[in-house]
Amino acid sequence: MRDSTVPTAISASAVAVTPTPAKLPSSNRVAFAKFDWLLLPLVGIAAVVGLWFALSATLSKDLPNPIKTWEASKPYILEPLAKRGELDQGILRFTWLSLILVAKGYLMALVVGTPLGFVLGLSKTMTKALDPIIQVLRPVSPLAWLPLGMVLFLGAGRQASELAALFTIAICAMWPTVLTTAVGVRAIPQDYLNVAKVLKLSRWNTLTKVMIPATLPYMFTGFRLSLGIAWLVIVAAEMLTGRPGVGGFLWQQYNALVYEQIILCILTIGVVGFILDRLMSVVERRFKTI
Amino acid sequence: MKAYCELFNLTKTYPSPNGPAVIVKDFNLRLAEGEFVTLIGHSGCGKSTVLSMVAGLNSITDGGIILAGRELAGPGPDRGMVFQSPSLLPWMTAYENVMIGINQVFFTASKQERHQIAEYYLSVVGLADAMEKRPLELSQGMRQWVGIARAFALKPKMLLLDEPFGMLDSLTRYELQGVLLELWRKNRITALMVTHDVDEALYLSDRVVCMTDGPEAEVGDIIHVNFPRPRNRKEVMEHPDYYPLRERLIEFLEVHAHRRRPKHAAA
Ligand SMILES: Nc1ncnc2c1ncn2[C@@H]1O[C@H](COP(=O)(O)OP(=O)(O)OP(=O)(O)O)[C@@H](O)[C@H]1O
Ligand SMILES: [Mg+2]
Repeated sequence: MRDSTVPTAISASAVAVTPTPAKLPSSNRVAFAKFDWLLLPLVGIAAVVGLWFALSATLSKDLPNPIKTWEASKPYILEPLAKRGELDQGILRFTWLSLILVAKGYLMALVVGTPLGFVLGLSKTMTKALDPIIQVLRPVSPLAWLPLGMVLFLGAGRQASELAALFTIAICAMWPTVLTTAVGVRAIPQDYLNVAKVLKLSRWNTLTKVMIPATLPYMFTGFRLSLGIAWLVIVAAEMLTGRPGVGGFLWQQYNALVYEQIILCILTIGVVGFILDRLMSVVERRFKTI
Repeated sequence: MKAYCELFNLTKTYPSPNGPAVIVKDFNLRLAEGEFVTLIGHSGCGKSTVLSMVAGLNSITDGGIILAGRELAGPGPDRGMVFQSPSLLPWMTAYENVMIGINQVFFTASKQERHQIAEYYLSVVGLADAMEKRPLELSQGMRQWVGIARAFALKPKMLLLDEPFGMLDSLTRYELQGVLLELWRKNRITALMVTHDVDEALYLSDRVVCMTDGPEAEVGDIIHVNFPRPRNRKEVMEHPDYYPLRERLIEFLEVHAHRRRPKHAAA
């Protein structure tokens, strides 16, 4: 089984969120070095904004420059909870709608993915039977799953788009949980299993008192990675289904040839994703220490 | 001697690329009830293999084991295991680690009684104040104490110890040997212990079983240790038989262990 993608994803996100501050050996720069955690990111942001100005002024004249973007985004940011219409709401309201949809789909992913991971970890036969399917389904993009979801839930009428979105989120977000849980189950030390064997614990007690606690650290790594993917998928799901939310708003504004709020949506998606990841790593670390 | 536990023609082979590897062959040993027997031999000769077969954690290729009149099949809480590393469950406190076994074995007892058993054995080993600590918060010696308390608390028919003090410093080791001996004397549980340490073997056991080197390891020599009990380390070491016995053990390990004995000669 190729688990290599999981550690790669971990290290990639670790690199992205913890920029190592540059070391300045020279002693007269100590004062600067003290504030570099603040200054360097500001310099980075300034550079990107500068590039944005330059781009909107030269190469892509249709891209609204930062000032225009701010002007047009102001109502959404300063009145974050306003509701002027189904697809014209404050940015926090949109975020909330997106988060609810993600939470539902993510929960489904965990409810299906965790037991599936356990089964794969416990049974070589099941691994052999299912691993090829998983490896083939795992790289499939949400954009490909969504139409299938629509077809599946055509009969559900008005609920079809929500069900299709949930299906897409769940099926895309489930894989890291499945794979890391399976790895965790296989990594349970024989010593712990021997304790269960010697005590003749029932299957249920072996599972709840020994195997699940021993696998928890792995499971939570999977949960964190899954949440990241669930959030990635929400945008695609909302775009295609036209549901209100950050992604739906972005797509609607683009279609209405209003480009000013696109960047606002991108930034919101990024910030929310970052916060979710941080929250999950706090939870994850709590379970690492046992 | 009336055997309480009997290992007869115990044999273990592992499959290997060049045919089956016979690790232990025709291992015969009889333990009386309440006897303390140590198993000594060179590293890799198959001591742990024998012990884990008695524990039921390793399959028996040939021969068998009878305990209290019944042939053993698979693991069970009637044999208390103490490993070199105590293998406590790290997400449970010391108390919970002892309790999980007690709940399983004494499921008919009241909650109060079960609690008392756990508390009693943990205090006997001096962990009354550390019951609510997790293994990671305990020292190596304390963890081993929990492991020993866990084994005794289940009132097993037999105690199996695989180098239980191997990873400890000598001071802690002496202390633990004393506690183990005291617990064993009070409960009189038949014990089979693996060790590398000649002095430990003489201090603790009624008989020392020397194993020949593998492959096809078997019982080489059996030494009776008749120091009076209860024992005290100083008295044991000053006993006139101590050094002759020690010499005999070391000579076996240095000279005879390497030579295969003719069949039938083994006890
Ligand atoms: N699962 C296994 N597969 C193949 N060979 C094994 C296996 N387990 C143990 N052996 C072999 O069996 C032999 C005996 O191992 P064992 O662990 O019983 O030795 P030991 O006497 O306990 O050694 P030590 O004193 O170092 O603990 C060794 O040569 C080892 O390589
Ligand atoms: Mg060993």
